[in-house]
Amino acid sequence: MIAIAEVTPAWYLVLGAILFSIGTVGLLVRRNPLVMFMCIELMLNAVTLTFVTFSRMLHDVNGQSVVVFVLVVAAAEVVVGLGIIVALLRKQPTATADDLNVLRG
Amino acid sequence: MELFVFLVAGGACIAGALGVVLSSNPVHAALSLVGTLFGIAVLFVAQEANFLAAVQVIVYAGAIVVLFLFVLMLLGVDRSEDLSIEPLGGGQRIAAGIIGLAVLALPLLAINSTEGEATGAGAQPGDANALQDGVADVAQLGESVFTTYLFAFEATSVLLVIAVVGAVVLARKVKRADYVNDPLMSASGDVRTGRSPLDAQQLPDVESDSSTAGAETT
Repeated sequence: MIAIAEVTPAWYLVLGAILFSIGTVGLLVRRNPLVMFMCIELMLNAVTLTFVTFSRMLHDVNGQSVVVFVLVVAAAEVVVGLGIIVALLRKQPTATADDLNVLRG
Repeated sequence: MELFVFLVAGGACIAGALGVVLSSNPVHAALSLVGTLFGIAVLFVAQEANFLAAVQVIVYAGAIVVLFLFVLMLLGVDRSEDLSIEPLGGGQRIAAGIIGLAVLALPLLAINSTEGEATGAGAQPGDANALQDGVADVAQLGESVFTTYLFAFEATSVLLVIAVVGAVVLARKVKRADYVNDPLMSASGDVRTGRSPLDAQQLPDVESDSSTAGAETT
């Protein structure tokens, strides 16, 4: 028999930390702006998972309320960010994040 | 049972996350992202956040990933990349690994130091924000959002309107003829010059300003 380990909320926190760090590495390593954007979504989801876990640990509904607002802000961010990426890639289809230097001082 | 659910959903999350980072084709990355989002939705259900799980599937997996795929297909940038060249090579990749390990180590040390317990005050059973057993999470979440966070909720509606306006402004092509006919840009509305499409792509320069000025004087 396999010993049945009990899933404590700390497991969810560890999973959230792993997902967040994978997203961070992806954001730093990849240069395709769309893939970088997906990595940002990954990090946002890791944080929402952490919020829900803390909501359960503390028996507090505020953690879930914050997740609702994170979802709304993420949707707005994706809309504007993809608009910028479309404008960038339409001009230069092979553009990477290094080409976003128009505003550089 | 919760162990089984956690292992399967957590494995899907991590596999999807690695797929996003490591796949050379952006379409594969977007599909891997769906795996991660579904895994997190399952973990939400496992933690009795059923409404958030539904919203996660509808908004993230349904809307956001489809938006990503739309942009990928629209722009035709769904070709594969050479991952030995495309990501920053050499030292910067090592630096990214070190930063990633540091970002991972910080929360793990924090979790370890508190032995997996939350150190916050927590909600007392009588508080308005306390999660009550036996009450649907939608009811509690709705009460919280529409009373405690009512102002923030209204502010997000303004944020969404601004995002929509911003997306329209960013994504529209500015044709030169439109630009000249725009009442905000030109006093006279009937200046329409037959230019080649190449010129129409560019924003009006000094010459076009002088042409509109000439139209005003005539």
